[in-house]
Amino acid sequence: MKTVCLFFQVHQPFRHRRYHFFDIGNDHYYYDDFTNESIMNKIATKSYLPTNKLLLKLANQLRSNFKVSFSITGQALEQFQLYAPEVIESFQKLVKTGCVEFLSETYSHSLSSLKDKIIFEEQIKLHDKKIVELFGIQPRVFRNTEMIYSDEIGAHVAELGYTAMLTEGAKHVLGWKSPNYLYVNALNPRLKVLMRNFKLSDDIAFRFADTNWSDYPLTAEKFISWLENINPKDEVVNLFLSYEAIGDRQAKETGIFNFLESLLVKIAKHPSLKLATPSEMIEELQPISIVSVPTPISWADEERDLTAWLGNGMQKEAFGKLYSLSEQIRRCTDEELLKDWNYLQVSDHFYYMSTKYFSDGKDHSYNNPFNTPFEAFVNYMNVLSDFKIRLNSFVPVNEIDSEIASLHNIIIEKVEKIKKLEANILALQKRERRKK
Amino acid sequence: MKVLMFGWEFPPHISGGLGTACFGLTKGMAKLNEVEVIFVVPKAFGDENPVDIQLIGANQVPILQKKIQFEDARQKIDYFEVGSELVPYLGEQEFWNLKSKIYSKKTRFIKTSEGFKVDFTGKYDDGLLDEIRNYALVAEVIARNNKFDIIHAHDWLAYPAGMAAKRISGKPLVIHVHATDFDRSGGSVNPRVYAIEREGMEMADRIIAVSSLTKNIIVEKYGIQPEKITVVYNAVEPVENENEVKFEKGFDEKIVTFLGRITAQKGPEYFVEAANLLLKKMKKVRFVMAGSGDLMNQMIARVAELGISEHFHFTGFLSGKDVAHMLQITDVFVMPSVSEPFGIVPLEAMQFNVPVIISNQSGVAEVIKNAIKIDFWDTIEMADAIYGLINYSALAAHFKNEGKHEVGHFEWINSAREVTDVYKSVVHF
Repeated sequence: MKTVCLFFQVHQPFRHRRYHFFDIGNDHYYYDDFTNESIMNKIATKSYLPTNKLLLKLANQLRSNFKVSFSITGQALEQFQLYAPEVIESFQKLVKTGCVEFLSETYSHSLSSLKDKIIFEEQIKLHDKKIVELFGIQPRVFRNTEMIYSDEIGAHVAELGYTAMLTEGAKHVLGWKSPNYLYVNALNPRLKVLMRNFKLSDDIAFRFADTNWSDYPLTAEKFISWLENINPKDEVVNLFLSYEAIGDRQAKETGIFNFLESLLVKIAKHPSLKLATPSEMIEELQPISIVSVPTPISWADEERDLTAWLGNGMQKEAFGKLYSLSEQIRRCTDEELLKDWNYLQVSDHFYYMSTKYFSDGKDHSYNNPFNTPFEAFVNYMNVLSDFKIRLNSFVPVNEIDSEIASLHNIIIEKVEKIKKLEANILALQKRERRKK
Repeated sequence: MKVLMFGWEFPPHISGGLGTACFGLTKGMAKLNEVEVIFVVPKAFGDENPVDIQLIGANQVPILQKKIQFEDARQKIDYFEVGSELVPYLGEQEFWNLKSKIYSKKTRFIKTSEGFKVDFTGKYDDGLLDEIRNYALVAEVIARNNKFDIIHAHDWLAYPAGMAAKRISGKPLVIHVHATDFDRSGGSVNPRVYAIEREGMEMADRIIAVSSLTKNIIVEKYGIQPEKITVVYNAVEPVENENEVKFEKGFDEKIVTFLGRITAQKGPEYFVEAANLLLKKMKKVRFVMAGSGDLMNQMIARVAELGISEHFHFTGFLSGKDVAHMLQITDVFVMPSVSEPFGIVPLEAMQFNVPVIISNQSGVAEVIKNAIKIDFWDTIEMADAIYGLINYSALAAHFKNEGKHEVGHFEWINSAREVTDVYKSVVHF
């Protein structure tokens, strides 16, 4: 019996508007609402809503034989709430069928796991809180941003109480080993590690409609035969995909929806194949070995490393400067600032600064609002500059700043006092009128 | 006196100092009331604001106009066809039809749009040399259609047009050198550009150079007799609406500005290195590199590499109003040009009460006193000067007041008068 684990990543960043040097200190709104709303609406209509509808239909039809798992970032959830609340409803309907598992991740789809343990933990807590709030599920399995994983990150996640973690079945890590087994973390064997079968996953996500591909057209029958012909001792096949792959990257016209439906029905009814969520899988199966990942891996590009986000000097500089603020952020209580802080951490900002055009440029330009990585960097640093000015006035780092901060507080107090007194005046005036 | 002037750009469609200088000069001439100007650019957009001059876009000149005009005078049609040796064509098919007729050896073909007009982009892109060639062809038509006493061509892009007009009309040609390819390329001179420049200079009756620095280059590198060259310095337009509400910066750090094209000629890398030196000393300062150019991405990468991007900003290309905003919030202006024939921007900065640091390798350094002058490569000296201007208010105050006062004397009407004197030396009535 082989277990197929189908997992989708759902994420949309809050993209920045063109933030000019002249705006620094003068205008504190960083987001391109129009672009964010139109991209969200486009993907919701083309992908999220129709796919959810299909999955709901399958869940009702196949009952307990149907299993699927998601991780939805806080950024995506916030955008659903703002621009497409019907997507949240459709996810809630899916949850009610009991066939769905939600995984934990960082709220901002951030790279904090690589830099700052405390911020990383806060990000996870924030995300789980939001998931419980919206779907009433407490996640038990962790999926880090873009499948980023290392022994150290895994051990840290285990400490936080998660039972398993998803990552890429990267060739340079596995070597001769197969991704089609359950593994455990090298530092803390209590944490199970699920390795993505990138060949089969990308066949669906990237190559499905590629007419130059030797296996085009891909049919459910063909895919099932591949699953059947995998080494008979292999236990699992992890299909981890971006949710936009269904319906947006692979448009409806390619037949992706019919393929997915027919594939899932066939797996559910197959004598030697079955679907499972990550949590079910780790209870049923025995891990086969540890997997040693000393340096972080991810599911991005051909290299499966971090160079998509932290490959060049600009990306490292922006990343370093962002997290140099974490000390101050810890002392900050302003909601607006904390919100912007969460949005600033989104890994997409660093992805836009990538200079790796050649093999994967196409993927890097997907929904990228910037023409060049340099433009992306300059824009981000301008936003960060303004953010820092605001942060300094709230959480002072030196004497002058603390003076400004205290003056700032005085102004806030005075404003509140004025409001109170105005209210008093109004009340008195009313009373006066009543007397008359 | 009537002058036929060939330029390449005219405000507001400008990419650098050339358009600004042409605009200022023609404005000054209009004030003099001695000279009438017909100004020709490759492409008129229609929203230019020429004051008291006639502006012609070469893209608006129908090159077949003559033929239509003189349809019933047989003789003149012959004159057009043989004399001009310029045959317009619309597309490939028409070109082929025309080609298959018999023409004299010297006949040239030019591609036109529907109204027998030539399309120009007026930009500095690929196909620039073709545009320059076409511009010269249309210049012939313009030279035939207009009456004038002298021809004046600004910079190498317009030299062929000026030469063509001279060939047709026999009127004297004055060439105005705002920059040479030695300045623009930073040493690696394009031989085709050099050839055009040299031909223009040799054919010219007089040459105007924007500084002694440029005059020396013309003498040394192009082999022109110094007697033929007159130095006329540029000037600066007075600030309009000085009492307008000032633009405010949103933070209290001092701003150090580089404003210009980000190309090798302007020495942006020295500004970045000086910024890095200064930021090691003090943090309450922000550097701004305003402009765009082929080295911009390289500069952004360098700034990131040095880890100073929190204090170093890029604005991209700034248009008229934004330039004023930028100068209003600037505390120190730096022009580290490697080779700058003149450099009007420091004068503009001085008008906005901004202390300026300029390189000794700029023409403007010959004429202004109230500026800190350094060698472009001396980043330590540059950082030192910036530090002084930021931290010692007395020093900054001196440059602000004296600089503003001094720059008041740089009026375009003076430059125009000197240019007119050059005209008079070659036009004989």
